Amino acid sequence: MNKGLVLTYLSLIVLLPLAAIATKAFENGPSGFWTAVSSPQAVAALKLTVIASLIVVVINAVMGTLIAWVMVRDDFPGKSVVNSFIDLPFALPTIVASLTLLTIYGKDSPLGINVAFTQTAVVIALLFVTLPFVVRAVQPLLLSLDRDMESAAESLGAGRWRIFRQIILPNLAPGIFTGIALAFARALGEFGSLVLVSGNVPFKTEVASVFIRGQIESDNLVGASAVSVVLLAVSLALLACVTLIQRKGLRHGN
Amino acid sequence: MSLPISSSRTRRGIQGFLLLALLAFGVAIVGCGGSSEGASDKVQLVAYSTPQQAYEQHLEPAFKDSDAGSGVSFSNSFGASGDQSRAVEAGQAASYVNFALETDVTRLVESGQVAKNWRDNEYKGIVTNSVVSLVVRPGNPKGVHNFQDLIDKDVEVVTPNPFTSGGARWNIMAIYGAAIENGKSPKQALADVKAILKKTPAQPESARVALQAFVGGAGDVLLSYENEAIAAQLAGEDVEYVVPDSTILIEQPAAVTEGAPKAATDFLDFLWSDEGQKIWSDQGYRPVNQDLLDTEKYPVPDKLFTIEDFGGWDKVATDFFDEENGSIAKINEELGVESE
Repeated sequence: MNKGLVLTYLSLIVLLPLAAIATKAFENGPSGFWTAVSSPQAVAALKLTVIASLIVVVINAVMGTLIAWVMVRDDFPGKSVVNSFIDLPFALPTIVASLTLLTIYGKDSPLGINVAFTQTAVVIALLFVTLPFVVRAVQPLLLSLDRDMESAAESLGAGRWRIFRQIILPNLAPGIFTGIALAFARALGEFGSLVLVSGNVPFKTEVASVFIRGQIESDNLVGASAVSVVLLAVSLALLACVTLIQRKGLRHGN
Repeated sequence: MSLPISSSRTRRGIQGFLLLALLAFGVAIVGCGGSSEGASDKVQLVAYSTPQQAYEQHLEPAFKDSDAGSGVSFSNSFGASGDQSRAVEAGQAASYVNFALETDVTRLVESGQVAKNWRDNEYKGIVTNSVVSLVVRPGNPKGVHNFQDLIDKDVEVVTPNPFTSGGARWNIMAIYGAAIENGKSPKQALADVKAILKKTPAQPESARVALQAFVGGAGDVLLSYENEAIAAQLAGEDVEYVVPDSTILIEQPAAVTEGAPKAATDFLDFLWSDEGQKIWSDQGYRPVNQDLLDTEKYPVPDKLFTIEDFGGWDKVATDFFDEENGSIAKINEELGVESE
């Protein structure tokens, strides 16, 4: 019965909506789908979205792991406060995030950094909203990591870098990869935090989600669904890559 | 053979499917319940976002104080015009609708939710007017007074993306029409639109977001409805606006839905009454009743044109804003190629 419940729940919440989108995307046949996703503006928006998301997950994989490391292994005054700040990008309504980013990185920037309405702004906004993923996926692994392994390696003469590379990193890898996959999926579909700060100029700063918004406003649901399907496919492809790498990693470990 | 197991699996599969079907059925019933008609003394208002203040703070209280409106209650829903229209089409309960664009009413006429003859009244279904204006920084430091200035002078222009914001299409048609009024050919007029779109650092998703971006420091000029500019001033934003001597008359339609209670019809009549029109005027909208137009507050441009001059919204939507073959889509594409 549990299986039935899970199946029902997943169907209602995930599978049915996704199936409906896929059906809509191919309503005008494969050629209709292709026309929708191959228009120059759609291609430009998809390209920007995918490249920006890739940049973002690479940065967040490194910085997120570092942040998790400092949160678990280091001690400094106010650490618990900082630790609770990490989740705020999740809690903040994304349009507020966009407004805040515009204030800090716009024309009247108190930091003197004006990148509003550029592709850099897209990356910064995505960095902001996807920050917690890697941190929160890596933290529990670090906490449960057996420190005796490190001591043993050290007593056998391994340097700090070698310990990190050969002992710590392999143990954290599943968390890092999970974080990357989640952050990437989120970045691909992100809308709210970008609408104000990105500029939405077609071919320059228009991301896929805003392009989709335009398709909906033009009553072109087929086009909107088609581009969404591409985003889903890209997301799925990265997920598959991550799974593959992890499996390969496990085999090497053995 | 593992027949027993596989048959039990099949049974579970069927069980799961039945449960699923049952749940889906339940959801459908709940969904239908939502779209049933409300009480006769209740107005279910669905409108675009800008007039929220005007409705909630001024128009609805005044209507409730009138004879026709005593005992009437309201449920309000505000949002982007196109979204609101699509929501009603999809079943959101509504007895009175007010949108930024006529095409959003047309959608409901096509779905059979608004009567075909909704324009058969004194003001042709339009409840408020406005004009496309130029919102500028205090003191108008760049000295812009018309659309030609936007092309000639060194300014950055913010206008919402006409593909994500239906309302932003008025802005584009204002630029285009002003050029035509000044004797330019359709081709030259489109070149003007292109020249201005080329100067946009941002094309925010909606009019509201555009105003936020402008107030946040983006651009020198914001293309916006006069009523948006006045609303921003009423909200305490430090902006000024200029009404160009040649611009487009914005017409914001309202209608009651099929089978709407008397309260909704009464409310629409109230909005067209002298009292209702005066409240609109106080809130930054030009009254459709020309006798009540305060020309001190609402200067009448020398050349004021309407969307009808270009064949109406249906034609304009196809000619200009079709995302494949519309002239604006093509301009975007050209600008995209040039920037690469």
